[in-house]
Amino acid sequence: MDLATFLVQCLNALQYGLLLFLVASGLTLIFGIMGVINLAHGSFYMIGAYLAYSLAPVFGGNFVATLLAGLVLAVIFGYLLEWLFVSYLYERDHLQQVLMTYGLILVFEELRSILVDNDVHGVPVPSWLDGSVQLGDLMQYPVYRLAISAICLAVAAVLYFVIARTRLGMMVRAGSSNREMVQSLGINIKVLYRVVFAAGVALAVLAGMIAAPVSSVYPGMGAQVLIICFVVVVIGGIGSVRGAFLAALLVGIVDTFGKVLFPQAAGIAVYLLMAAILLWKPEGLFKQG
Amino acid sequence: MNAIARRLSLPLVVVGFLLAFPLVTTGFYLEFTSKVMILAIFALSLELLVGATGLVSLGHAAFYGIAAYATVLLSPKIGAANLFWLLPAAIACSALYAIFVGALSLRTRGVYFIMVTLAFAQMAYYVFHDTRLGGGTDGIYLNFKPEVALFGARIADLGKPVVFYYFVLACLVLVFVFLALLLRSRFGRVLAGIKSNEQRMRAAGFATFPYKWTAFTMAGALAGLAGFLVAVKDGFVNPEMLSWHESGAVLLMLILGGMGRLSGAVLGAFAFALLQLFFQWDVVFGNFAKHWPLLLGGTIILCVAFMPNGLIGIPAQWRTWRARHSSEAARV
Repeated sequence: MDLATFLVQCLNALQYGLLLFLVASGLTLIFGIMGVINLAHGSFYMIGAYLAYSLAPVFGGNFVATLLAGLVLAVIFGYLLEWLFVSYLYERDHLQQVLMTYGLILVFEELRSILVDNDVHGVPVPSWLDGSVQLGDLMQYPVYRLAISAICLAVAAVLYFVIARTRLGMMVRAGSSNREMVQSLGINIKVLYRVVFAAGVALAVLAGMIAAPVSSVYPGMGAQVLIICFVVVVIGGIGSVRGAFLAALLVGIVDTFGKVLFPQAAGIAVYLLMAAILLWKPEGLFKQG
Repeated sequence: MNAIARRLSLPLVVVGFLLAFPLVTTGFYLEFTSKVMILAIFALSLELLVGATGLVSLGHAAFYGIAAYATVLLSPKIGAANLFWLLPAAIACSALYAIFVGALSLRTRGVYFIMVTLAFAQMAYYVFHDTRLGGGTDGIYLNFKPEVALFGARIADLGKPVVFYYFVLACLVLVFVFLALLLRSRFGRVLAGIKSNEQRMRAAGFATFPYKWTAFTMAGALAGLAGFLVAVKDGFVNPEMLSWHESGAVLLMLILGGMGRLSGAVLGAFAFALLQLFFQWDVVFGNFAKHWPLLLGGTIILCVAFMPNGLIGIPAQWRTWRARHSSEAARV
C-alpha cells in the first residue's frame, strides 16, 4: 500500500467512523438517560436516507434546504414517537423494550416498502460539492466525502458544547447519573426525555441524509447500521458520548483497513475487535458513573 | 397427587392431540406442524436462558443456524450421513460456539448482554454470508437426508413426512421433559436464584458464572437440535437463519406465550406461527397480505403494551382485573 492509498483509506475510515458516531451518539444518549434499548434506532438512519431521496425533488435539489426540512421533520417525528410508544417503556424491563422496538422496526420497514418501494435508489451529490481533490499524483478524493466528515465534526463539537457547557447539557448529565434526584430537584424529566429522544432521532436522520448520496438508498440499510452502532456503544461504554466518539473512529479504522487488508474476513474484523475489548474491559472504554 | 395430575393434564392432552394429528391430515398441515414443533424446541432452548435464568439474548439464532449449516456441510456430497453421528456433531458445533460466546458475553450484564449476543450472532452471520464456505446469500442444499441406521440396518426413513413428524414430536417431548426436570433440580433452582437476585446468590456462596455458562451452552446446544431438524426438514440452509430477525422472532414467541413457563414457550411458538400464517392469508387481507410484517409489527407493539405476561398470563391478568373491579364495586 503506497502513501496515497493509505491516505485515502484513512480519510474513508474517518468519514465512516464519524458517520457512525452520529448514529451511535443518539443511541448511547437514549440508553444512558432513559435506560431504553432502542432497536429502532437503525430505522431512523434508514428514514433519513429515504427522506433525502424523496425530499430532494421537492426542494429542487437544494441540499441545505433538504437537510433543514428533514431535520425539522425528524424532531417532530421523534417527539411524537416518544410520546406515543417509547414513554410506556421506562418502567418495563429490557426484554419488553427490545420487543416493542423490534415491532417498530417491522412497521417502519413495511411502511417504507409501501410508501416508496423495495428498489435501490441513488441520491445525487449536490452540484457545488461534486468535485474532487487531488491527492498525490494519481489519487483523487471526492469533496463530498470530506464535507460529510466536516459536518459530522461540526455536529460533534456542538454536541460536546451542549452537553458540557449548557443548562440543558447539565440536566442531561445529571439525568444519566441519577434520575430520581433530578426529578426531585424540580426538573420535568418527561420533557427532558422527549427532547433527548427527539435529538437522538434527529442525529440518526441527519446521518442517513448526508450518507445517502454516498451509500445510495436501499432496504435493510437500517439494520446494518444498527448492529455496528451496538458494537460502537458496547466498546465506548453505554451512555458515554465521548466513548462513542472514540469507539466509532476505532470501528471505522478497523472496518476500513480490514476490508483492504483481509477482504475475506472483512465482516468479522469489527466483532473480533469487540471481543478483544470485552476481554480487556467488559464495561467498555468509558463506563458512565 | 391431584396437583400433579392437574399440572400434567394439559401437556398430556396436547401431546395426545399431536400424536393423533397425522391420522387426520397430510401434506401442508403436517409439514406446517412439524415446522412449528421445531420452532417450539427453539423457543424452549431460549426459555432456559430468558425465562429461567433471566439472560435476555438477542443472538440465539446463531446457534440454530450454525447447527443447520453444520448438518449440511458435514454430510457427504454423495450418499446419506448416519443420524447417530451427524446429530451429535451438529449439536456440538453449536455448543462450541455457545461456549465461546458465553465466555465473553456473560462477562457483561443487562443491556450490554443483549447487544453483545446480537453482535456475536451477526459475526456468525457474516462468516456464512461472506465466505465461500456458506455459499453466500443463496445458501446451500442438503443433497441427502440423513438415514437412521444402526449396524447397517435402516430403522426409519426421515424423508417421509409422517416419520419426520413423529421424530420431531419425540424430540420436542424429550426436550420439554429434560428442561422440566432440569429446572426442578438443584441446578435449575440456582438458575432461578440468579434470575431473581444474582448478588444474593453470590453472597450465599454460589459461583454464578459457571452456572450461567453451563445454561448458556445448554441453550445453544438445544437450539442446535432445532437447527439440525430444520435443515433436515427443508434440505436447505441460508444465512437468514442466523439473522437477528430470527433471534427477535424467537424472543417474541416467548413473550407471546408467556415467560417463566415451559408451556408458554410451546404455546408462543404455535401462536406466532399461526399469527404469521393468518397475516399472510390473502382471503382475509387481500392485496394487503404481502405487507404482513406491518400487521405483525403492530401486533407485537400491542402485545407489549397490553399483554406483558403473554397468553399464558391472561387468565391471571383477567382474575386480578375482575378482583379489583368487584372490590371497587363493593366499596361503592
